[in-house]
Amino acid sequence: MRIFHYWFALWGIVSRELLRFVKQKERFLSALVRPVIWLFVFAAGFRAALGIAIIPPYETYILYEVYITPGLIGMIQLFNGMQSSLSMVYDREMGSMRILLVSPLPRWYLLLSKLFAGVFVSILQVYVFLGIAWFYEIQAPLEGYLWLLPALMLSGLMLGALGLLLSSFIKQLENFAGVMNFVIFPMFFMSTALYPLWKLQESSEWLYKLAEYNPFSQAVEFLRFALYGQFNQQAFIYTAVAFALFLILAIIGYNPSKGMMKRKGR
Amino acid sequence: MNIKVLLSSALLLISTSSTAETVFVSLEKDNAIAVVDPIAGKLIKTVNIGQRPRGIKLSPDAQTLYIAVSDDDTVLEVDANTLSVIGKLPSGEDPETFAINSLGTRMYVSNEDDNQVTVIDLQSKQAVATVAVGVEPEGIAVSPDNQWIVSASETTNMVHWIDAKTHEIKANTLVDPRPRALSFSADGQQLWVTSEINGSLMVIDVATKEITQRIHFAVPGVGKEKIQPVGVVVDDIHQWAYVALGPANRVAVVNAQTYKVEKYLLVGARVWNLAFSPDQQRLYTTNGVSHDISIIDLAEHKVTKSIAVGRYPWGLAVKP
Repeated sequence: MRIFHYWFALWGIVSRELLRFVKQKERFLSALVRPVIWLFVFAAGFRAALGIAIIPPYETYILYEVYITPGLIGMIQLFNGMQSSLSMVYDREMGSMRILLVSPLPRWYLLLSKLFAGVFVSILQVYVFLGIAWFYEIQAPLEGYLWLLPALMLSGLMLGALGLLLSSFIKQLENFAGVMNFVIFPMFFMSTALYPLWKLQESSEWLYKLAEYNPFSQAVEFLRFALYGQFNQQAFIYTAVAFALFLILAIIGYNPSKGMMKRKGR
Repeated sequence: MNIKVLLSSALLLISTSSTAETVFVSLEKDNAIAVVDPIAGKLIKTVNIGQRPRGIKLSPDAQTLYIAVSDDDTVLEVDANTLSVIGKLPSGEDPETFAINSLGTRMYVSNEDDNQVTVIDLQSKQAVATVAVGVEPEGIAVSPDNQWIVSASETTNMVHWIDAKTHEIKANTLVDPRPRALSFSADGQQLWVTSEINGSLMVIDVATKEITQRIHFAVPGVGKEKIQPVGVVVDDIHQWAYVALGPANRVAVVNAQTYKVEKYLLVGARVWNLAFSPDQQRLYTTNGVSHDISIIDLAEHKVTKSIAVGRYPWGLAVKP
């Protein structure tokens, strides 16, 4: 195998995802409508919800809309990751996955390419969302938008890897509703996307602990700090480790001789 | 050689681009003054000064800091460089707010409990006159031409126009309930007054002594009862006025030309008093209940930082 083959496979997978993304305008719109509604409707009702506390990376008091924005960026990537997992299940049902997996390239590479393709799409969605938020006066320092890019890569990969892992468990498309109920909602609500940790601690100690160790929280905090030009080391390590763990498990899951594929083959 | 010249001029530019200024904040409950470096965004130190410091102002030459220590019934004269007390002024009982004329020769102190204004000669450090005004005088200001002293009586709901030469009240303007702070425009043609209970801001024409504009505030998501305007300042080019809205935790940005409220900036809890940086690029606010000051970038109208300073910050003075 030459490097050319690797590049060709990556390009094939990314362009397929992009093509799908461009062709399905509703998908792009719905991916945007969700966080925009959260921002304009949900957050607007809680303008004064945060009370008086300055939490890093913020250096002064902020409106709730400002606080929730990195959480909504995380939401875009979370849904995108899950959407990719949904498409994997679909591909498996329709048989196109077989074409992908019979490629002579290593399986981990194919799965990673698939992940990159998903992350690329989510990054486009995030920047369009931030553009809308800018006109709603939610504005971070300009360099923050640059620093956000590598952070989006990592958080997107982590959430995509989680989706990939889940997709190795799901036998049929219909089971995706379960993913919504048991993964997306708990991950999103039990995180720092909507409320800071100190606020969660005020309501319950166990909710605080769950949110603190939720990898989605760490990804959101990593994004939040990056958007304000700061590096949150703890969140970075946590997100990177979670990514590595999910990816390894997903690769095992997709290994026909070891993982879920084997079980399904029975 | 050219590179050296370029480098040194670049260094010079960098070193002069951020002018070092010092913000002094009176801390009502800590009986102290907080010294803040606003460019570095740091509290440098806190200096014990006297019982319940509130009103704080610099002399026009920025060498002397005057601080009303209400529970000690005096206004302290403090060396602005060393922060050592150099004198005490006979302010009358429970001084809270005061104003100094642009020559630095006279100080006018509101005596809330005695319903009077005390005039102090800053050279002899003697009280030279007292002027009987309405009930509970608080806000006080001197016109830029030093012709008028204006005093706002909180309970009488009046602005009294005191002639600076004769110390006689020449006119009274009836204003909205509980007037708090007063500020002249730099050209001396307008007086801006806040009304705490009515939640309004009034613009008075100095020539006619009549209210020409009345501005109301409405902050999305904040109850009307929480909008209690206190401190007000107008920039030198008469483009913007800024109003501290007390428990609404906002500073209102008012277009001084159109009298429209353009923006509300979120700052700390119970924002009370305001002061410009010498170049008017920044505005500083004291946030009484959240125990901090906020820094507002005036070019972008954005709050850039809030710095914890101590308990109940009341007023501030900015030394160039």
